Amino acid sequence: MALTPEDVLHIAKLARIALTEAEVERLADQLSGILDHFSALSAVDTRSVEPTAHPLPLFNVMRADEVASSLPRAEILKNAPEQEDGFFRVRAVLE
Amino acid sequence: MSDLWRLTAHEAHEGLRSKQFTAVELTESVLARMEAVEPRVHAYITTTAEVALEQAHQADARFAAGTATPLTGVPVAVKDLIVTAGVRTTAGSRILENFIPPYDSHVYEQLLRAGAVMVGKANMDEFAMGSSTEHSAFGPSHNPWNLSLVPGGSSGGSAAAVAAGECLVALGSDTGGSIRQPAALCGVVGMDPTYGRVSRFGIIAFGSSLDQVGPIGRDVEDVVTMADCISGHDPRDSTSNPEPLPDLRHYLGRDIKGLRIGVPKEYFIAGMEEGVKARIEEALAVFEGLGCIVDRDLSLPSTEHALAVYYLIAPSEASANLARYDGVKYGYSDRSHGTMWENMEHTRAGGFGAEVKRRIMLGTYALSAGYYDAYYLKAQKVRTVINQEFQEAFGRYDVLVTPTSPTVAFPIGAKVDDPYAMYLNDIYTLPASVAGLPSISVPCGLSEGLPVGLQIIGNFFDEPRIVMAAHAFERALGWANRLPEL
Repeated sequence: MALTPEDVLHIAKLARIALTEAEVERLADQLSGILDHFSALSAVDTRSVEPTAHPLPLFNVMRADEVASSLPRAEILKNAPEQEDGFFRVRAVLE
Repeated sequence: MSDLWRLTAHEAHEGLRSKQFTAVELTESVLARMEAVEPRVHAYITTTAEVALEQAHQADARFAAGTATPLTGVPVAVKDLIVTAGVRTTAGSRILENFIPPYDSHVYEQLLRAGAVMVGKANMDEFAMGSSTEHSAFGPSHNPWNLSLVPGGSSGGSAAAVAAGECLVALGSDTGGSIRQPAALCGVVGMDPTYGRVSRFGIIAFGSSLDQVGPIGRDVEDVVTMADCISGHDPRDSTSNPEPLPDLRHYLGRDIKGLRIGVPKEYFIAGMEEGVKARIEEALAVFEGLGCIVDRDLSLPSTEHALAVYYLIAPSEASANLARYDGVKYGYSDRSHGTMWENMEHTRAGGFGAEVKRRIMLGTYALSAGYYDAYYLKAQKVRTVINQEFQEAFGRYDVLVTPTSPTVAFPIGAKVDDPYAMYLNDIYTLPASVAGLPSISVPCGLSEGLPVGLQIIGNFFDEPRIVMAAHAFERALGWANRLPEL
């Protein structure tokens, strides 16, 4: 399984990570190598096997719908990179 | 009184209860030890002497008031992905370098309730991705047995702190071996509880179907005390087990005659060091001497696939969990570019280290259109096969015994540039993680002067039997609380 630099750039776009050219080259090599090691999985017979998403058989865990206070706004905004009038300040989303 | 840091938590509790020393004196002893050795060990990202002394004063008040618990006044290290209100929590990442959590994790609340004393936030591989702490954005921790070697990872800071006397017990987290492997490499005890036993509320997420918090200590009794403190149902984590579970301390000191032990042959493979193999063989003889029935003929044929299953599922879950680090609401934010998307891409490029980027890329690929069935879904199906093999084995055996790691501690720098070689460190701890089973690593002696760990795996929520086996073994070997000279 050889990943090309174009594949790496496509994945990086999906993952929203800017990569340098050197990183693209290195990741193409490293990810291809890692995926080669994983190819043995395809030999396991799983035709009659259900996938496991989760080790415990818990389903539809519900909690009581109770009103409770949320964290104080000022506490949350303390970690904000930029804030304005009690809101998170961000770059325009629509251009 | 200057060497109080050498005590186990249960010994310290006896001393506190009988007024031989105070919690403040015990904490001061640990803080002085930290001052002496931390520059060489680097077990912590943040030390919290002020918090610790305040908590120690409160602990002394609880002893005076008669409301002390076994952990009241005990100095504890907390892995730096466990959020602590008002105390910086980084997950070992540049992207959270200045993050001050506004709330407490469930496990830290439990420690506070018990009256424990937090002396620091322990170093770790960034977002728990690694087996050596070399992927910490704040520099590696050093193994107290030999400072040029890694302590293991990702909870390497927690294990190193316990072994160096920079705390008495610690909390770590285990996704694919991140408690057990560093415990083995540092010569201490570490337990990865059954998935669901301990709430993940307030644990910075890596692989949500695998992550579990657990204790590291200098003997089995301390690990059990910590496990009992942090276990239990928490409605804030929907994967938290709702069934009541017995306290594990009831299973200390039990006779294990007749215990059926399976030894899977797939764990004795090329790449395992001779010294490790020798210690494990001796350990099996110890169990036979205790009257256990040891069967070396067990086969778990899918063991070899656990590595691929884990390194597809965990990065896939990580790629989703780490999507939240976008530089908008908290954390590192690069806003020097033209558009929102460019800023986000450069925030993540500058905030994440090489291994985290590698795993996000691997996971994104495994989940992407056209590859989902071949990688992610296939891995989930083989995960089922691995679970089934374990379940068949537990029809015949009470516990399984294996080595924890194929090697003893390795030199800093030896594997950091070869991701697959680093992944192979987890080869013995991954299968139980993938299945969600509980397991414990206990020291079983030295090889070339370095600790070797023995792993005991139990069935779902059968911590009682792994505790019984581990405690009986520890007593028979006479190893508990052995600290390296520093």
